[in-house]
Amino acid sequence: MRHSKRLVLGIAAAAATAALALSGCTATPSPTESATSGALTPVTLQLQWFAQAQFAGYYAALDQGYFKDEGLDVTIVEGGVDIVPQTVLADGQADYAIAWVPKALASREAGAGITDIAQIYQRSGTLQVSLKKSGITTTAGLKGKNVGNWGFGNEFELFAGITKAGLDPATDVTLVQQNFDESALLAGDIDAAQAMRYNEYAQILETVNPDTGVLYTPADLNVIDWNDDGTAMLQDAVWANTDKLTSDAAYQDQTVKFLKAVIKGWIYARDNPEDAAKIVLKYGPTLGASHQLWQTNEVNKLVWPSPDGIGIINADAWAQTVDIALHAKNLEGSTVITAAPDDAAYTNEYIQKALDALKDLDTTGAGYTPIDVTLLEGGK
Amino acid sequence: MTRLRAVILGALGIVLLGVLWEAYKALGPAAGFEAFGIQLLPRTSDLAMPHLIDMLDRALSPVNTAADSQPVWLTVTLACLSSLGTAAVGLAVGAVVGFGLALLMLRFRIAESAVLPWLILSQTVPLIALAPVIVSWGGRVHIGEFEWQRWMSVAVIASYLAFFPVAVGALRGLQSPLAAQVELMHSFAAGWWRTVLHLRLPASVPYLIPAVRLGAASAIIGTVVAEVSTGAKGGIGRLIIEYAQSGSSDPAKAFSPIAGAVLMGLATAGVVALVALTLGRFRSNEVPA
Repeated sequence: MRHSKRLVLGIAAAAATAALALSGCTATPSPTESATSGALTPVTLQLQWFAQAQFAGYYAALDQGYFKDEGLDVTIVEGGVDIVPQTVLADGQADYAIAWVPKALASREAGAGITDIAQIYQRSGTLQVSLKKSGITTTAGLKGKNVGNWGFGNEFELFAGITKAGLDPATDVTLVQQNFDESALLAGDIDAAQAMRYNEYAQILETVNPDTGVLYTPADLNVIDWNDDGTAMLQDAVWANTDKLTSDAAYQDQTVKFLKAVIKGWIYARDNPEDAAKIVLKYGPTLGASHQLWQTNEVNKLVWPSPDGIGIINADAWAQTVDIALHAKNLEGSTVITAAPDDAAYTNEYIQKALDALKDLDTTGAGYTPIDVTLLEGGK
Repeated sequence: MTRLRAVILGALGIVLLGVLWEAYKALGPAAGFEAFGIQLLPRTSDLAMPHLIDMLDRALSPVNTAADSQPVWLTVTLACLSSLGTAAVGLAVGAVVGFGLALLMLRFRIAESAVLPWLILSQTVPLIALAPVIVSWGGRVHIGEFEWQRWMSVAVIASYLAFFPVAVGALRGLQSPLAAQVELMHSFAAGWWRTVLHLRLPASVPYLIPAVRLGAASAIIGTVVAEVSTGAKGGIGRLIIEYAQSGSSDPAKAFSPIAGAVLMGLATAGVVALVALTLGRFRSNEVPA
């Protein structure tokens, strides 16, 4: 009897293990949902982070079939804490990657053969946020304060701004390494915290203000916007493989098609922000709904209007980014790059071709007006 | 009787933990306790320490306001199952590799002196350094229709942690028979394989079970860390990061995946214990790991 009882338990345990093993095989669906039709060219796009509305245009292009219309079977690969998209691209494991310009320039200098082919975000989304009661309204006001930053190459706009205001980042401010979330600001450990206007800034507005009992409002906060300060650097851009751009005619052709679909995706996100946010939620069902709608709206503001056409790399903004990358020193005294990037660092050739092919669409968004988004507690 | 007592004591432990949490929250210093600029005790605000009831309430309510949104507990459970599956694959691979290495080291004394230091060295490589490399290698694997998935990289990382205790434990177990017992096998003219099968393998069970238990715990840790690192979709590691990001605006939510990860570890220990029950007749002289 003893043995048969053990046997039953053993079988149950083995069955449980097998079921777990099987669930591991099935519970992670492949990120692409498009059918594998023989005529479509497989293309992989590497993101910097998990699925969220920061990438609304790409997900909209996937969901609305814009990639398929161009004959592309696109797989969007999400990022992670240790995934560096421009390295994945340079390794040949993705055909295109989304990356911030300064970080990608640093990777280029380290030998990554990549080229900026479309500057989707025309403006920087980085803010330095403080509570109104701290009285910090300008960069000069950061003097003597605890200033949060994320490090890892996210800090150079802040350092350039502090230096421009006539302060020394090493002695005039106390720099504090900051977490993902904004709890250090709300707890008072940090006087001015770094925040992306489409993400962490919204998280503050989703938090109940203990003084008033309702959610924080923009009126409770002071914001330093590096775009106004003149120390903004270009952020989300589409990067491609430099070698293949110069030598592979099929890749050149595919790049124009890819960018056409990307442009249509971002136009969709601009004209249908609610639907675009829903598409993002489809790919990231654990995210907050009101938070993603806010993010879609804020990201649209970074993209639109694009006076030269969406994705065109503005020479002045590029020069400003390169200038700061060359000269702004962080606490260790290092700069993003040590020499000006060569001519292959960016090209408007492919995005211009894509724009020319889409003349019938509104690719500048001159009349773009953002919507009003009501954030819920916790971003739900 | 002892079993009932163990259950009661276990439940009391959990209740005590909850009481301590709420008591500290109610009575502890609001600003926590800080010494030499290092926070030693946490703040008691709702942001840092949400009420247990709020955590429970958050776990039972939907993730977001989308119409088809699942409750948080279901999302966490599904993520745990996904991670458990990955960890199980990692443990299986790790156990096979670990046992194979142990056999190799048993058979060839030279292999033992050559491989064992490398095994120990292998465990000193930080996981977060390893994860992107394995993802990168995996991304190059295309064999016919087979395409490498991100979760497979996670399973490889889990197996990398899991194989070590199994290899070391199995080697100790396989070497545990006394010289007299081995000589008896020799006198029966039993070859090496027969000696392994009839003497060394049964003798290794008391060493193997704690080794596999350790390996299972390592596989779980490896899975969660690798999921955080590589952003592999569907697992509990990814969910921990995602929910921690809204830590300031929805603090109670962030505790659900943490509780899920704890329960997942307990469940794994339970499964290993169940397997061990079936091997009872070999366990006369089990040794602690």
